[in-house]
Amino acid sequence: MSVYSDGATTVLLAGVGGQGTILAADLLAKTAISNGLQVKLSEIHGMAQRGGSVTTVVRLGEQVHSMVCDRGSADYLLCFEATEALRNLPFLAQNGKLLVNDVSIKPLPVLTGKASMPKRVHERLGEYNAQLVDANKHAREAGSLKCANVVLLGALAANMPFSMESWEEQIRLKVPPKTIDMNIDAFHRGVQSVASEANRS
Amino acid sequence: MQLLSGNEAIAQGAWEAGARIGVGYPGTPSTETMESFGAKENVYAEWCANEKVAVEVAVGASAAGARVLATMKHVGVNVAADPLYTAAYTGVNGGLVVLAADDPGMHSSQNEQDTRFHAQGAHIPVVEPSDSAEAREYTMQAFEASERFDIPFFVRSTVRVSHAKSPVEVGERVERDLIPYEKDPSKWVMMPAYAKPRRTSLDARIAQVAQWAETSPLNRLELNDTSIGVICAGASYQYVRDALPNASILKLGITWPIATGLIAKLANHVDALYVVEEGSDYLSMQVKATSVTVSEPPAHALPKEGELTPGIIRSAFGLALPEELPTQQDVPGRPPALCAGCPHRLVFKELSRAKCIVTGDIGCYTLGALPPLAGMDSTLDMGASISMAHGFELALAGTEHHPVVAVIGDSTFGHSGFTSLLSTAYNKGAGTICILDNRTTGMTGHQGNPFNGITLQNRPSRELDLEGMVRSLGISDVQVVNPNNMKDVRAAIKGATSRTEELSVIIFRSPCVLLKKVFERQAPYTITSDCRACGVCVTLGCPAIARIEETGEACIDPDQCVGCGQCQAYCGFGAIVRMEGALR
Repeated sequence: MSVYSDGATTVLLAGVGGQGTILAADLLAKTAISNGLQVKLSEIHGMAQRGGSVTTVVRLGEQVHSMVCDRGSADYLLCFEATEALRNLPFLAQNGKLLVNDVSIKPLPVLTGKASMPKRVHERLGEYNAQLVDANKHAREAGSLKCANVVLLGALAANMPFSMESWEEQIRLKVPPKTIDMNIDAFHRGVQSVASEANRS
Repeated sequence: MQLLSGNEAIAQGAWEAGARIGVGYPGTPSTETMESFGAKENVYAEWCANEKVAVEVAVGASAAGARVLATMKHVGVNVAADPLYTAAYTGVNGGLVVLAADDPGMHSSQNEQDTRFHAQGAHIPVVEPSDSAEAREYTMQAFEASERFDIPFFVRSTVRVSHAKSPVEVGERVERDLIPYEKDPSKWVMMPAYAKPRRTSLDARIAQVAQWAETSPLNRLELNDTSIGVICAGASYQYVRDALPNASILKLGITWPIATGLIAKLANHVDALYVVEEGSDYLSMQVKATSVTVSEPPAHALPKEGELTPGIIRSAFGLALPEELPTQQDVPGRPPALCAGCPHRLVFKELSRAKCIVTGDIGCYTLGALPPLAGMDSTLDMGASISMAHGFELALAGTEHHPVVAVIGDSTFGHSGFTSLLSTAYNKGAGTICILDNRTTGMTGHQGNPFNGITLQNRPSRELDLEGMVRSLGISDVQVVNPNNMKDVRAAIKGATSRTEELSVIIFRSPCVLLKKVFERQAPYTITSDCRACGVCVTLGCPAIARIEETGEACIDPDQCVGCGQCQAYCGFGAIVRMEGALR
C-alpha cells in the first residue's frame, strides 16, 4: 500500500494546536510497537502549538526509514478539524483513507473578518470519500470534550489490523488513572461511529 | 525497548555514560533533553541564564573531572560561541558533550543555521545521529571520545531527530568517579603564552579524531549499486534510503572532521557521487574539499533552504512522484496566536494604538507582531529589543519621532536583556522598556528562570528582584503594572513615553494564562444586543472573539473565553458582559 520503498504505512494526523494530536499519535505508535512493528513518529511543536495548524506523522511497518510524509503519500489522513482536512488533502495517497472530525475551528484571520471559511466543506470532503466522525459529541457523551482525540483514534483503529485489546492496553498505560474508563468508552464510540457509517453505505 | 524522542534518547545516553551534571538554556527543538536528563537519578541539572553561561559552567565541571552535558538550540550556539571556541583549545578533563539542535524549516526559530559551520570554526568534533537509537548510542560514544581525544564534542541534531520518536534499547548507567583535577595553567589558562602551544596541540588532537573517524562504526559505508553514491547524515540519511533504495551510501555519523578516506572509497565504487543535505551546503563543501567530484542531481539541484523529504530527493533525481490531490485554494491560513487571556495582549494593543516604534524580542509574545495587533516593528535575537531601541533612539535623536519602546520577556531579560539595559543605562540612553513578566519561560513550555524562583529540578531557590535589578542600574523611573487592566496599561505607556529625556521601565506583571489557572473560577464574557458591530473588540486578536460575517456583530465562544475581561474595557457600548452563573 505504501508509496515509500520501506513499505511502511504512513498516518498523518492533522489538527489545531491543543486538540491532542500528539497523544493520539503516541497511542498509535505504542500500539503498533506492541504488535511487533517498527515505528517512527514525528511531531512539530513550539511556536506552532498556540492555536496554529499542527501535524504529526506516524509511520509503522516491518522496517521504517523516514519520519516525514510527502504529498500524495499518507495512507491515512486523520483530521481533528474540517478546515485542516482540506488543507492537508494533497498529502493523502491515492486510495488513502480520509477520516475527519466534523467540527470547524475558525482561525484568527477568519475571526477578525480578514478571511472566510471554505465553502461546501462536507461536499468537497465527500468527493474524497471522507468518513466524518462527530468526535466532539461522542467525547461529551463519554464524559469530556477532552477525549475527542481518543474518539478519533477509535475511528482510525477500526481501519487498522490491531486487536481492540492492544489499543485498550496502551490507553490504560497512557491516560491519567481517573480517566481510563472514560477514554476506553470514548475509544469504542470512535470505533463504532465508523462501523455504523460503513453499515449505512 | 522504549519509545523515545531523539532528545530523550540523548539524555538517556548521557545518563548511561555517567554524566552527572547537565546545563542548558531552553530552546526548541532542544528543550526536552535537559528536562529529561534532570529527571533521572544521580544527576544535577540546571537552567542557566543563557547558553554562554551554560557552556562555561560545563567547562568548569569538566575541568573538575565530571562528565557533563550542555544543551541548546542552534541560535544558542551563537551565544555560547565565545567559550566554545576556546574550549577546544583547553580540551576537557571529564567528558564534555554539547547538544546543538538545529531547526531547518524554521518551525520555531528566527533563522536556519548549520551548527557544523561553528563546529568547523571552533574545532569541535560533531557526531550526528539519524534516529533515537543512534541519538543514545552516539551520545555515549561522544563522551568516550571527548575524554579519549581531550576535546569537547557536539551532538548535532535537527528537529526531525530531536522531535521524532522511535524505539530505543536502553541500558544501565555506569557511574564514573571524578577524574582528579590537577592544576595546570598551560591547559586551563588561555593567555597567549599558553594558548599558542594549545593551538598546536589542538591540531594534533583533531588529526587523531580524523583518524578515528576513518574506522569508527559511527561512519558507515553501505555499498550497493555502483551507479549512484550518496553521502548524507542525520535525518537526510533516512530520506535517502527511502528515495534511492539501491544507492550506495556513506552515512556519516561524524560530520566534522570528515572521513576523507571513506569518501574516496565511495567515490571509487560509484559512477556518480552526490551529497544530500538540508538547509545548507556544509557537507557538500567538505566533500568537494577532498577533491572528489560531486555531481548535481540529474533533474534539479536540491534546495538549500528548508527541510528535505524523500519526495524532494526523488524529484531531484527525476524519479516518479505519487499523484496528489489538488491543493484547496480557499483554505484560510491558521497562524499561531496569543492565547485567550494572554497578559501580553493589551500591552501590544496599547503600544499599537499609541503608534510607538516597538522593538521586540524572542518569545511567544513575538506573536504580538501579527495582525490584528501588529504591535511590533522588529525581532532579531535574544535581548535585541533593548539594544535595538537604544540604536533607534540614537539615530532618531533630534528628530520628531514616535516613541521608541522595547518589549522583552522575563526569561529573555535574564538571558541577555539585562546586559543590554546595563549598556543603555550606562550610555544615558532614553526610551521606554516594557518587561513582560509572565513569571515563566512561556514559549518553550514553562521552564523556570531567574525571576520565578523555580529551578529545573524543583530545588529550593530564590525569586530574584527584577525591580531591584533595574533600579540598581540607576534607573529610577520603574513601575509595576497589571497588564490585564486596560486603563493602567494605557496610562503607564502614555506617561513613560512622554518622559522623553530619560530611560523608563514598565514591568507588566501577570502570570502566563497557561501556567496557572489564573482565571479558573471566572465566568466567560458574552456579547449583548447592545453590540453596534463597530469591530473594536476583534482587533484584540483574542481567539475567543469572532466577528459574525453577515452582521459584523461580535460573538464570544464560551468554551474558549477564560473570563479575563480584557475585552470589556474596549467596548464603547457596554455590550460585553460577564455571563452570570455560567462558571466554567
